[in-house]
Amino acid sequence: MLNSHETTTVLLCGVGGQGTILAADLLARAAMASGVQVKVSEIHGMSQRGGAVTTVVRFGKDVKSMVADKGCCDCVVSFEKMEALRNLPFLKKGGFLLVNDEVIKPQSVATGKAAMPPRMNQDLEAEGAVLIPAAPLAAEAGTAKAANVVLLGALSASLDFTEETWVECIKQRVPEKFVDANLKAFAAGRAFAQR
Amino acid sequence: MELLSGNEAIAQGAWEAGVRVGVAYPGTPSTETLENFAKKEGVYAEWCTNEKVALEVGIGASAAGARVLATMKHVGVNVAADPLFTAAYTGVNGGFVILAADDPGMYSSQNEQDSHFYAQAAHIPMMDPADAAEAYAFTKAAYDLSERFDVPFFIRSSVRISHTKTPVQTGERAEVELKPYESNPQKWVMMPAFAKPRRKVQLQRDAELAEWAGACEYNKVFQGEGKLGIICAGAAYQHVSEAMPEASVLKLGVTWPLCPQSIRDFAASVQDLYVVEEGSDYLTQAVRACGVEVAEFPCGLPRDGELTPGLIRVAFGKEAPEFTDAPANLPGRPPALCPGCPHRLVFKELARAKAIVTGDIGCYTLGALPPLSAMDTCVDMGASVSMAHGFELALEGTEHRPVCAVIGDSTFGHSGLSSLISTVYNRGAGTICVLDNRTTAMTGRQGNPFNGQTLQNRPSRELDLEGVVRALGVEDVRTIDPNDMKAVRTAIKEATRSDELSVLVFRSPCVLLDRTRKAPYLVNGACTGCGVCTSLGCPAIARDPESGLASIDTAQCIGCGQCAQYCGFKAIEQMEGAR
Repeated sequence: MLNSHETTTVLLCGVGGQGTILAADLLARAAMASGVQVKVSEIHGMSQRGGAVTTVVRFGKDVKSMVADKGCCDCVVSFEKMEALRNLPFLKKGGFLLVNDEVIKPQSVATGKAAMPPRMNQDLEAEGAVLIPAAPLAAEAGTAKAANVVLLGALSASLDFTEETWVECIKQRVPEKFVDANLKAFAAGRAFAQR
Repeated sequence: MELLSGNEAIAQGAWEAGVRVGVAYPGTPSTETLENFAKKEGVYAEWCTNEKVALEVGIGASAAGARVLATMKHVGVNVAADPLFTAAYTGVNGGFVILAADDPGMYSSQNEQDSHFYAQAAHIPMMDPADAAEAYAFTKAAYDLSERFDVPFFIRSSVRISHTKTPVQTGERAEVELKPYESNPQKWVMMPAFAKPRRKVQLQRDAELAEWAGACEYNKVFQGEGKLGIICAGAAYQHVSEAMPEASVLKLGVTWPLCPQSIRDFAASVQDLYVVEEGSDYLTQAVRACGVEVAEFPCGLPRDGELTPGLIRVAFGKEAPEFTDAPANLPGRPPALCPGCPHRLVFKELARAKAIVTGDIGCYTLGALPPLSAMDTCVDMGASVSMAHGFELALEGTEHRPVCAVIGDSTFGHSGLSSLISTVYNRGAGTICVLDNRTTAMTGRQGNPFNGQTLQNRPSRELDLEGVVRALGVEDVRTIDPNDMKAVRTAIKEATRSDELSVLVFRSPCVLLDRTRKAPYLVNGACTGCGVCTSLGCPAIARDPESGLASIDTAQCIGCGQCAQYCGFKAIEQMEGAR
């Protein structure tokens, strides 16, 4: 369990359109509601068109920089397996890695010009990654689109914010008709990580 | 407390300061500032055709007595530079704040430049917030300061200020009366006889500003334990205070002008003085100009790209933390034109025509990347049209590939139109392809004169693009559906064969604008694996590395049918029934 009063750095990464920004926003709101400092740094623009995306959330009693250096992230949450490998250098020694068990092939791979890394699961497990079946868990909860919130639920199991705080933040931020599915998705991710 | 991005915070600060008028041309990382401002009560906000126009509208509204916000990205300041320099002569009536948002690291820009140099060169005071709370507070305060010193104020941001959310304690809007306007040619008509005295006013004001900067609450000294001192501002301050907690820090909230005495006082309080900044050596030079010695970093600090705490630690000889390398040779994941993007076939056909393609700024710059690889140049907004003219001039009388400019609708309105007037005037040749996707797509689908949508949804009119071009005197003007391969091919062939200037308008809405989807396509058993469809670079089309056979991801396919037109084997067909 991470102590949220220590400066904590979480890097969320994935592919444009996977919902990393909403997940980062919910994480930041939960931190703020828990009474700690928070900074969320996103990159917009050119990187949105199906490219790799990263968002850094830092929270704690006193947060200075808004960016993450290599070897400095307490946790990397990757929404896609190859992006987890790409962002491995950001993970600090002893940090933890949560990875959505899903592959999105980049165009070079889809068109046969490049190949996916051969031993992704082994490489990730060697780094202690927890693989999370976020898409099926989200589908069970009511909408496949809530895979991002499943991953957030899994992350929440390692943070000391109360479950009520998370629930409140989801209710505030998610459109009303999707709140139930997102709350279920969150609970499923949290339960998966706590099992 | 609210969690606001720097851009949202600047909008909030301006609104609370009683700003009535907001003006901008969209540009990352500045865009959301005016979008947020426009949603607030009691304000008028508009997208202008370009940053120069925006600044001039702003100067006019300020002269008339209103408080004004103008926002732009760093390269937008280049466009606005002409009125900017003279605005520091005229000064203001209503307070005027200009956001200059820099992009060190070039996340979404064609260059890295430091707007501090504009502050210095144009004599416009500049404030550098280091987070959203400061962006809010500095912006709000800058309006009183602008009126007090009779000069526009710059708020300088960077991608890590504009796009980083931090908690902000917001307040209420002050209702600020319109200041009375009285004709005053000595202040507002900048012809030599009146500008010469205003130049003296400017220099006197510079001295007053420097004195104010030395005593103001925006420059702060944080006393450290050691003998090491660092001067920094903006995002770099946050990185420094994390990387070098033992150092004494002079955090500049006002980065132009500097107060030489306070810089010297800080320098005298430490043994070795360093300046940490990203993107340029503006601050280092400015500190040296105060007569202070600036030390060299023991291990060097990169001069390009963004700073991080880690880079600063290493520059001072501290250890970098250990980390695990990513596996070698991971395939990259660059951005690509969306599935169904109406620009795709134009690039495919320009490549097929072996054209020299002068490109421009927008989503369509992605046409430069493989597999389309159909762009030769991209320099700045509007350059496609004028550079095509330059190519034609140099190549005239030689056997040369056809020269084609490619420009989006919003960019054409921004500055392509004035380039085209120049080409027409000088009897230039070439083919100008206007990719009219009915929006300013790259920055998030803003309105522009050719789609007739305005920022606050006020009624407007669509500018008749073909009509304007014809009125300029271009005779060969055609409108083409860019999703129709044969039409695109024929138009490019005919236009490039003639020696006359031609303008081809490829009109079809951006797929992010019109979200209605047709039934997706799929690949049937007739596929021979020839690879033509994958050469379109559509993210929905895959190819088996062994058999070479194509397949279509029906979840991504929007049913545009572009690929089916290229298949020589009737192997791509639309699924039955609508989605």
